[in-house]
Amino acid sequence: MAKIYFSEEHEWISVEGGVGTVGITEYAQEQLGDVVFVELPEIGGAVDKGDDVAVVESVKAASEVYSPVSGEIVEINEDLAEAPGLVNQSAEADGWFYKISLSEPSELDDLMNRQEYDAFVEGLD
Amino acid sequence: MGETHSEALRVTPLDALHRQLGARMVPFAGYAMPVQYEGILAEHAHCREAAALFDVSHMGQATVHHPDGVAAAAAAFEALVPGDLQSLAPGAIRYTLFTNPAGGILDDLMVTNAGDHLFVVVNAACKEADFAHMAANLAGCTLAVLPDRALVALQGPKAAAVLSRFAPEAAEMAFMSARVLDIGGIGVWASRSGYTGEDGYEISVSAAEAETLARRLLAEPEVGPVGLGARDSLRLEAGLCLYGSDIDTATTPVEANLKWTIGKRRRAEGGFPGAEIVLRQLAEGAPRARVGLRLAGRQPARAHTEIVDENGAKIGEITSGGFGPTVQAAIAMAYVDAAHAAPGTRVACMVRGKALDAEVVTMPFAAHRYFKG
Repeated sequence: MAKIYFSEEHEWISVEGGVGTVGITEYAQEQLGDVVFVELPEIGGAVDKGDDVAVVESVKAASEVYSPVSGEIVEINEDLAEAPGLVNQSAEADGWFYKISLSEPSELDDLMNRQEYDAFVEGLD
Repeated sequence: MGETHSEALRVTPLDALHRQLGARMVPFAGYAMPVQYEGILAEHAHCREAAALFDVSHMGQATVHHPDGVAAAAAAFEALVPGDLQSLAPGAIRYTLFTNPAGGILDDLMVTNAGDHLFVVVNAACKEADFAHMAANLAGCTLAVLPDRALVALQGPKAAAVLSRFAPEAAEMAFMSARVLDIGGIGVWASRSGYTGEDGYEISVSAAEAETLARRLLAEPEVGPVGLGARDSLRLEAGLCLYGSDIDTATTPVEANLKWTIGKRRRAEGGFPGAEIVLRQLAEGAPRARVGLRLAGRQPARAHTEIVDENGAKIGEITSGGFGPTVQAAIAMAYVDAAHAAPGTRVACMVRGKALDAEVVTMPFAAHRYFKG
């Protein structure tokens, strides 16, 4: 059973068997507006927690995506090349960005659970 | 996000309507303005396919009178702009530029021969400076700023059908002409012009009647509200300059590829600020030019992106760039060295360390669909 965590930079990571699937949250896609391009990391690349690993381009602006954990990129969502709008339509499922093999699973302890993230977003408005 | 909101933001007469329509409001040129309602891509498409209603009441409106009549006002105004205003027939509109003594552009504006006076529309961010410039330099003229007028734009292939439902005369108005219309008892000053590349109108209306007019237009099935976000993507596809980005005091009309705005008589006579420099550039060419760029993929290259040639040498910089929803490609306006300005020239845009292939292309990116009669 996958467990989902959230960052203060509005990324989510769903972890199962040492591999995390990362995307941006529903709140983030709503704030960004229509996504027209996503620049994804290279498969095989090593990233540290907090690295800017991807860029989401909305009609208005470019926004960086920071990796919520350290590890190695093992897969990217190829569907986003042709259909970047998946990020708007399905931010927390089909609009995922990349999968990462976690090198420091304890980093997950610094992230929020769904309830904590919802409260965090509530406090932003 | 992260935007500092000033307490002193001004609002337009349509502020309550925007909020009721669920607009996302942002600060722009000192005003709270709607950046989007439903979403920028949907709003952009709506303007290309049906009719879009924009609130552009933040723009500056004014009249210029001269005791000797409109011809004298036009002659006086020509001291500030390179456009031929004296040849404007009653009801005709000219797009022109305020220039400075160095040939730089202070603002772009629309000037209409309104019969017995000139009607002027300038950019929101420049309006105080423009009006001061006009007040100080329009010899013998009386400037009347119109803060109690709202301005809405109705743009798109269905705009004429919608407006002529209320005022049949709207249908036959020539492109770049203006007249009084009666929209169900509301008297407006309507111009057949716009900033989207589509057919449409810019409608000046009293602030008191603006919301009634906007609601009346929005009640028509073809019309939807469109915000500043789509206004920007629409004008970029149409190849139209944004003052402060694509043109400013450091660009001349020749560099900006706005040579067509310099009237034939004005080329011969000069008599506008910076004429010596501008006319010399007209004759000899300018060192750089505003061009259109079409990128190979979807990834946007935005303002201030460096442009390089095939050897990696810097040849220019993007001034406006983004994804063009109608052309379904990343597009940009840029200034490049004259040697690289010809359509078909291959260049690269440096985005976060990567070279994105692009080609110099003729603008507009999306064909203009103005009313041809």
